[in-house]
Amino acid sequence: MEDIKLTKLANCAGCGAKVGAGVLASLLEGLQVHNDPNLLVGFDKSDDASVYKVSDDLALVQTVDFFPPIADDPFTFGAIAATNALSDVYAMGGEPKLALNIMAVPKDMPKEAVHQILKGGYSKVYEAGALITGGHSILDDEPKYGLAVTGFVHPEKLIKNSGAKPGDVLFLTKPLGMGIITTAAKVDMVSKETYDYALRLMMTLNKSARDIMVKYDVHACTDVTGFGLLGHASEMATGSDVELHIDVDNIELISEALELATIGMLPEGMYRNREFAEKYVDVGDVILAKQDMLYDPQTSGGLLIAVDSKDADKFYEELKPQVPFAQRIGGVKEKKGECYIYLH
Amino acid sequence: MVDARGLSCPVPVVMVQNAVKESNPKELEVLVDAKVCVENITRYASSQGYEVDVKEVDGGEFSMTLKKKA
Repeated sequence: MEDIKLTKLANCAGCGAKVGAGVLASLLEGLQVHNDPNLLVGFDKSDDASVYKVSDDLALVQTVDFFPPIADDPFTFGAIAATNALSDVYAMGGEPKLALNIMAVPKDMPKEAVHQILKGGYSKVYEAGALITGGHSILDDEPKYGLAVTGFVHPEKLIKNSGAKPGDVLFLTKPLGMGIITTAAKVDMVSKETYDYALRLMMTLNKSARDIMVKYDVHACTDVTGFGLLGHASEMATGSDVELHIDVDNIELISEALELATIGMLPEGMYRNREFAEKYVDVGDVILAKQDMLYDPQTSGGLLIAVDSKDADKFYEELKPQVPFAQRIGGVKEKKGECYIYLH
Repeated sequence: MVDARGLSCPVPVVMVQNAVKESNPKELEVLVDAKVCVENITRYASSQGYEVDVKEVDGGEFSMTLKKKA
């Protein structure tokens, strides 16, 4: 197969290509929509997926996600894009069942490369136990791939991003720094070891974390992707009207990414996320490079989960062996102060 | 002098890193045309002990002066 470097064809990498949260809100303003009592979660809620109640014991979860190449290897790119798309269903506590490919390919892209992207996508959908039933592809100068995913959840077991309660314990299921690593990789400033580690993280389904989470009293969950930890945490905190207190030293930051943040290897999305979310955040005395990492846009990041304190220890005990990257990163308090998120 | 106009990050910040590594200048002029590059170069310069002065020139271009702290 002809050796092509996929990321050279992309203007922005992975979830860094996402339109900023602030811009998105203004784009959606004033659009006409039906009111339907069965729509449990719609796009007004800034949640990960929409949820529609079909019957008292069944709700449909729908989401779509696609982006330009995040990795040079086509199979890896396909696998990451699929892992990322499936994640939105997991974040709602749902199980993905049906998926449709969304693809844009340049006219002159080798057929084998396109096949490998799809192969990567299919491998992750298969691992998730879901089915790809079709899709749509168009010609475009910049390749893009992702999936529209439909899943199911029991309406009473639905986990929104806005249900966090004072006393809850916060968990994060993957380390941070993927955006910085993929940015620095474009100019060959990342060790192979760290780059491969980041790719492995991005190809890890949030399925295990979801399967364990649904057995416990979880009040809120979201997946940490393009808006970074603090962007997504802001949505959780404002939507739940609570304060999130985050112990930054308990968050696993990819160590090479922290070094790269210090020397200014930061993706544009980090600055967009900072602009959107910094009004909600009291950074305390956390150093700038660490703050930047908390705003770093993640592709196929982990789940941020708020668990009732009575279940937190048992939950972590079961989670840790299955999801070794999982970390206990803080807690939820009643809204008292000016800000919604406090870094310690 | 580093002229990184028309280039998008992380390339400009790498050009500045190379210029600093090569000659460890006391002062360095940098031209860029994106805010994100200004921010990234400022972070790099601070990490290497430089003070940074930024002036916005016409048409969204920025002239940065990096001065080694005494």
